[in-house]
Amino acid sequence: METSNLVEVTSTRVRNFMLAPIRKWLLIGVALSFLGIFIFIPLLAVFSEALKKGIGLYFAAIIEPDALAAIKLTLLTALIAVPVNTLFGVIAAWGITKFNFKGKNMLITLIDLPFAVSPVIAGLVFVLLFGTSGVLGPLLEANNMKIIFAVPGIVIATLFITFPFVVRELIPIMQEQGSEEEQAALTLGASSWQMFFRVTLPNIKWGLLYGIILCNARAMGEFGAVSVVSGHIRGLTNTVPLHVEILYNEYNFAAAFAVASLLALLAIVTLVFKSIVEWKTKRNDHGER
Amino acid sequence: MLKKFWMTLFSILLLIGVAACSSQSSTEPSKKAAANKKEHVTLLNVSYDPTRELYEEFNKSFAAYWEKETGQKVSINQSHGGSGKQSRSVIDGLEADVVTLALAYDIDAIADAGKLDEKWQERLADNSSPYTSTIVFLVRKGNPKNIKDWDDLLKRDVSVITPNPKTSGGARWNYLAAWGYALEQNSGDEQKAKEFVEKLFKNVPVLDSGARGSTTTFVERGIGDVLIAWENEAYLAINELGKDQFEIVNPSVSILAEPPVAVVDSIAKKHGTEEVAKAYLDYLYSKAGQEIAAKNYYRPRNEDIAAKYADKFPDIKLFTIDDVFGGWKKAQKIHFDDGGIFDQIYKP
Repeated sequence: METSNLVEVTSTRVRNFMLAPIRKWLLIGVALSFLGIFIFIPLLAVFSEALKKGIGLYFAAIIEPDALAAIKLTLLTALIAVPVNTLFGVIAAWGITKFNFKGKNMLITLIDLPFAVSPVIAGLVFVLLFGTSGVLGPLLEANNMKIIFAVPGIVIATLFITFPFVVRELIPIMQEQGSEEEQAALTLGASSWQMFFRVTLPNIKWGLLYGIILCNARAMGEFGAVSVVSGHIRGLTNTVPLHVEILYNEYNFAAAFAVASLLALLAIVTLVFKSIVEWKTKRNDHGER
Repeated sequence: MLKKFWMTLFSILLLIGVAACSSQSSTEPSKKAAANKKEHVTLLNVSYDPTRELYEEFNKSFAAYWEKETGQKVSINQSHGGSGKQSRSVIDGLEADVVTLALAYDIDAIADAGKLDEKWQERLADNSSPYTSTIVFLVRKGNPKNIKDWDDLLKRDVSVITPNPKTSGGARWNYLAAWGYALEQNSGDEQKAKEFVEKLFKNVPVLDSGARGSTTTFVERGIGDVLIAWENEAYLAINELGKDQFEIVNPSVSILAEPPVAVVDSIAKKHGTEEVAKAYLDYLYSKAGQEIAAKNYYRPRNEDIAAKYADKFPDIKLFTIDDVFGGWKKAQKIHFDDGGIFDQIYKP
């Protein structure tokens, strides 16, 4: 008797709580104003600051040779890092989810390492590895190869930092799907490649795309690790984020924000793509059921 | 298809050959040395934070001069950052043909790593410092806290901005300037000087890692009543960000800051740029170079140029680090190394 009463009271309380319009709008209001203050206004500030001195100066700051060199380097870095990490991401996720082997959990933990360590440490690791007094330093010097303080170092640091994005996206999807469909394909006489392109890939394509988008955004936006290995040579080893810092430190605020607005635009484009992919994924899931 | 490719390649090679020959034959005997070298060389100048504007102008001038003298095109790449950090990067493998840093100790560190001769500072005139600077105060317009000299920085209600001496070359000059002033006031009493500097750092609310960072803290974010800064940095802040907002206060005594320059022998040798790198530094001592330095608010060594720009550089009584502290290595060890005096007095 008492318990049923209690349940009734609680459920009324819950109903009252959920239905009270004031509470509802209060909560939504808090969430929205938080979003506005911490995300929307700063984003707006970047663009307004960038366009402060006119649209002419805005474009002048972007097509200035050092800025163009930075944009090119950033694109080049992403163009290498994203495909490589996509390839290795698929291979790693495949290996982890479809096979059983010793040390599998260890491997999954290791994949997360770039997320766990501070980017600055990631950069320093490569300095310790490839620097003059580093482990591989003398060997590189003897062969006249430059890794850190040059483009290869920037690419390597970016590869390291962005490695987990694709794998992390794929592992849960592939785990959920199991390997029955692949086994069926093989039983029906498909070659390994046919199985991969006809069965596996279509199953993971949206997750894969999602991982690629995130990977790309981070590859283009990475600051810490790249800053450590870059050497900051203008026009040669400056990526877009580093160039923004340089411009800002030169009291060139309008130009700094103009270049920064490119990164902000990239973020917006990324988010739009992300939403499209999410929407597609959802629709796919419903379609299957 | 393949034939066409070979034809193209052949004609390109031919063109390059012709171009090389014609440049060889057109050079006068005096320029022969340069003609044997590459047509285009690149130098990397690794420098400290506030010299961006100086070297931007200087590099253009030097490139024009060098091409006129030797017919060789030279492009100079720049890297800027905190002096200590830049020195570390060169030690780790950043291939700087020349370094132009904030203080001798940072180049000593590169020499210790075996990249250049230990006696590098004797190779060029004036301790290898083609220009000098000093440490001054930047205050808000009208000087509301009435700051006139180092003593005023110790007042309770004054908030002082200076970067971290652990990472910034400029900050170490700031610190030593204050120390030198206190020594002079207390007829050489080290203990009193230590108390003076300790009190000063009690008024510092934030330590940025580099001189430029401190300037932005003071100027852009509006924190602090006084910025202890390089003279050139203070002038630049005024010119770039508003004459109506800040003014410079010259203390009665300050330090003669000598930012040194050097060719990094091992790297220049590897790049084959020894000659142009040396000429680059020599050009800093030339009249043109000195004038560019003066225009960018570095005190020139050349007396004629110094006289010409005398109105920019007021007479401040300056002491040197060798006189008061017995050189950089000693000062670094006593004051800034781990467990040194700075570590003892600075407890945030």
